[in-house]
Amino acid sequence: MKNNARSNIPALIIFFALLVIWQGAAMGIDAAYILPSPIQVLEKVWELREPLFTAHLPYTLSVVVIGLAISVVLGVALAVIMDANPVIEKALYPVIIASQTIPTTALAPLFVLWFGYTIWSKVLVAVLMTFFPITITLFDGFKSIKTDMNDLLVTFGASKKDVFLKLKLPATLPYFFSAIKMAIPISIIGAAIGEWLGAQCGLGYFSRRMMTQLDGAGVFAPILILSVAAMILVGIVAILEKKLLGWRNEI
Amino acid sequence: MLTNLSFEVRRGEFVSVIGPSGCGKSTIFKLAAKLFDVQEGTILVNGENISGQSGYLGYMPQSDLLFPWRTVSENVMLPLEIKGGVTKEEMKRLATETLEKVGLKDKGEKMPGELSGGMRQRAAFARTMLTGSEVMLLDEPFSALDYLTRISMREWLLEQYEREKKTILFITHDVEEALFLSDRILVITETPISKLESFEVPLGHPRTLRDLTRPEIVDLKDKLIDMLRRDDI
Repeated sequence: MKNNARSNIPALIIFFALLVIWQGAAMGIDAAYILPSPIQVLEKVWELREPLFTAHLPYTLSVVVIGLAISVVLGVALAVIMDANPVIEKALYPVIIASQTIPTTALAPLFVLWFGYTIWSKVLVAVLMTFFPITITLFDGFKSIKTDMNDLLVTFGASKKDVFLKLKLPATLPYFFSAIKMAIPISIIGAAIGEWLGAQCGLGYFSRRMMTQLDGAGVFAPILILSVAAMILVGIVAILEKKLLGWRNEI
Repeated sequence: MLTNLSFEVRRGEFVSVIGPSGCGKSTIFKLAAKLFDVQEGTILVNGENISGQSGYLGYMPQSDLLFPWRTVSENVMLPLEIKGGVTKEEMKRLATETLEKVGLKDKGEKMPGELSGGMRQRAAFARTMLTGSEVMLLDEPFSALDYLTRISMREWLLEQYEREKKTILFITHDVEEALFLSDRILVITETPISKLESFEVPLGHPRTLRDLTRPEIVDLKDKLIDMLRRDDI
């Protein structure tokens, strides 16, 4: 643990150095609507803590959680069927790759037309951005499984179900965790973009409203909360991963 | 790889197949384990075609293939889990018992990554034993081990064979290893493989490494090496 804390020191030094530069630059420019200083942003978070933490953060987090849940289900399902059936793989893989060339952010206003200002227009943006890394990472996980291990199970008389439960599932668990850790920040970005483009609540929406009021610190405050939320969520997943995948370090 | 090949192994016999690398030794095994489809001909175990059988042989591949997310004991009980019909306690008991037999007492709760190469191979052997099959296919199981470990693993395997009395088919490219372990050696001299030349090893059980220095064994060894040697290297 001690070692770990010490290895973080260089990163912390850089982090604080950047904050100091930012603070200095903001004080030099002295126009909070162009560049608010970090201290002003923190003050804003404190000042607006009521609406930010009781209304907007829960709304955005629910978009993130619903979006992630749908993406995980969709991603796992796609990866599993592509792995199980080469014909489906050939049919779907290019389509999934192509889906990533669509500029989701540009389409998001259309989703608002479809779903109105309900939560689903934001969820859709989050899902469209998130399911891809989950699908591809998991699919790569399935492909990375050694055929020897598969063969070994077959000589034991294993059925397809046995192979899936005893080999594929545990072997791809590390990939699953990597996918989730990647997906969390992406779905938060997706949720924020969705809210930015059309919503009545949420941190993205709040940030945009502050923009129209030329409140620089107010624009940054919800973004700061979003980043911290992303870090906390990824941290929780990392702890879970360590608990469940102790064997990973021993390969 | 194979054409018109025909050979047989008697019950309880320890037979080694030797040949240069890349000659198709493993193909024979994979066919016998039904990992490759037989295009022509038949493979019989106990006088019956393998296409209608399952669980008739235990296959131990070149690398130990222990699953890193399972403890050693959970790895060893894998064949039982797949076969089904055995309670958890019974599996645990059998795994512990088998691990003790192969010399891995008290290692059951360890993760495979904590074991040495030789121990991992023994665990893999224990796992193969728990398939419950009379026939065991061992595909160069010691090739990745260092020399000294390999020597003690040979002696260890011989003990296992003398106790378990299973039929063992053993692939290797090491002539000395084949001589020390087997009752009979099948030599691959040509590809595609159409015939295997058979040599009885004139040694009984138990035997020791010293037996390899007997004149008749040394003669046989030279003969085998001459057969295997290729000029085009």
